[in-house]
Amino acid sequence: MSGKLRPGEARNRRDTVAALLFLLPNFLGFVIFTSGPVIFSLAASFTNWNLQQTVPFRWVGFENYGRLLADPEFHLYAVNTAYFLLGMPLAIAGSLCLAMMLSQKLKGIVVYRTLFYLPSFTSGVALMILWKALYNPDFGPVNAMIDWVTHSLHLSIAAPQWLLSTQNVLGLDVEKVGFTAKQLGIGARDAIIIMGIWTAVGGNNMLLYLAALTNVPQELSEAAELDGAGPWQVFRNVTWPQLAPTTFFIVVMSFIGGLQGGFEQARVMTAGGPAGTTTTLAYHIYTKAFEEFQIGYASAVSWVLFALVFAATAVNWKFGNREVSY
Amino acid sequence: MAKPIRTVLIYLGLSLVALTMLLPFLWMVLASLKPLREVEMLNPLPTEWHPENYRKVFEQIPFARYYFNSVFISAWITFLQCLTSCMAAFAFARLNWKGRDGVFRLYLATLMIPGVVTMIPNYTLMVKLHILDSYTGLIVPASFSAFGTFLLRQFMLTIPPALDEAAEIDGAGRWQVFWDVIMPLARPGIITLGIFTFMGTYGSFFWPLILIKSEHLRTLPIGMLFFDTNYGRQTNLIMAASVMNIIPLIILFVTSQKFLVKGIQLGAVKG
Repeated sequence: MSGKLRPGEARNRRDTVAALLFLLPNFLGFVIFTSGPVIFSLAASFTNWNLQQTVPFRWVGFENYGRLLADPEFHLYAVNTAYFLLGMPLAIAGSLCLAMMLSQKLKGIVVYRTLFYLPSFTSGVALMILWKALYNPDFGPVNAMIDWVTHSLHLSIAAPQWLLSTQNVLGLDVEKVGFTAKQLGIGARDAIIIMGIWTAVGGNNMLLYLAALTNVPQELSEAAELDGAGPWQVFRNVTWPQLAPTTFFIVVMSFIGGLQGGFEQARVMTAGGPAGTTTTLAYHIYTKAFEEFQIGYASAVSWVLFALVFAATAVNWKFGNREVSY
Repeated sequence: MAKPIRTVLIYLGLSLVALTMLLPFLWMVLASLKPLREVEMLNPLPTEWHPENYRKVFEQIPFARYYFNSVFISAWITFLQCLTSCMAAFAFARLNWKGRDGVFRLYLATLMIPGVVTMIPNYTLMVKLHILDSYTGLIVPASFSAFGTFLLRQFMLTIPPALDEAAEIDGAGRWQVFWDVIMPLARPGIITLGIFTFMGTYGSFFWPLILIKSEHLRTLPIGMLFFDTNYGRQTNLIMAASVMNIIPLIILFVTSQKFLVKGIQLGAVKG
């Protein structure tokens, strides 16, 4: 009640005004370009809004959601998105392997680290165009090498058609969700996964593991070795548990990134084909929103994607944290 | 006895991986120097060297313009994003105010939102503001970053609070504390964010693809995409363009490795 402020209060008040000013530019941008659009897009997902205005605008409730859940195309694209996640454990295991080799104190390690990091640092449209040429089944060097090897071993195995083929290593059918033997093989989806592993294996995840490995106390593994533990046992019982928080972080981030991925690959390398087998949810949203201008429907798909990302993160959190905290 | 064998095996493994990483790049460089008919043949080295392929790229498409656009836009976004992120990070890391942690959690939560969710409303916003197909439309929406704010906040938290207090006792205002005390100490973090942002913007694809209609506003990735789709199978020229596309990134990487490695580890480990 008295007009006097305690010094702490005066400080806090000054802080609040200053904080507002410091935060303002960023917060305005945040509201206009991030949090505002999130709410706007949720609202749009309940409309039939079309930028070409061929039909009168109206609220349609859950119609878009009902339509997409019943759409066999949407099922295929969801399967594709899930299929691309198969590369994730391979890439993470690869990153860990590389980090373990790099963490040995050997000469010239920095040179190797730089070379491994090169693809992830330069990744993007240019490298995707490169891989499209590498995968060319008639002229590309990948099949040239495969042909050369099979030829010299006198094997009669046809090299994969890569980006032109709907086959996949799980033998997934294209028209419906299920297995079919004639789809068993190597095709476009696998080609994109291989490229993805090549790009990511020596990237940020490897650096994260490398940092985590240098923090594993040397004495622990030495003590285990003295107790007669072999290299695998030391890894399984000493190193791996120590790496758990890093692995957890990497898995969460890979899920978040993986579920929304595949757009550039589809746009640059395959146009989502063949037969839609490389169309991920992200690319589907792009074609619906920016080629067909069905803003309402595309917003609904993007919210389904958001829900998937959220669910994956929540599941990871629930099961991953338990693993981490022992 | 076992030690040297192990060392040799590790070097062997490392070299094998390094070779796998390098071969595609090597093929790209060699293909860019070949005559077109030889790209599709298996001889690794060109029989005739054609460095003029690089000049031809500039003759066929406005490649210099794409370069300029990419660098110009990336530089602006990097500058604005670092500035707005620094200021917000200062408010989150060094000032006490009501609701701070709540607002910060809101920022963090948005990191999980897929880019495409906000992309559609932002596109319609650009249409309404009539800045579709303009530098402004490319630069402004990308100039605010929750990730950047997060990264710099983590960095500023590692600066001892005694420093601000000492400056305040000497009569410095909030702005002076920010500008004269925190900014110089946060420089490594700012440089890291700057490199991330520059790289990300230089390679960014989705937003320029939907926003840009005019050829003279195309950035490198968009220019590359249309060069690849419209100019048929001039693989040698396309590879030359790809090489020129990634050279700035390689230079940036070699000169800034130290900051990058630290920044990546800071952004995650202390999260």
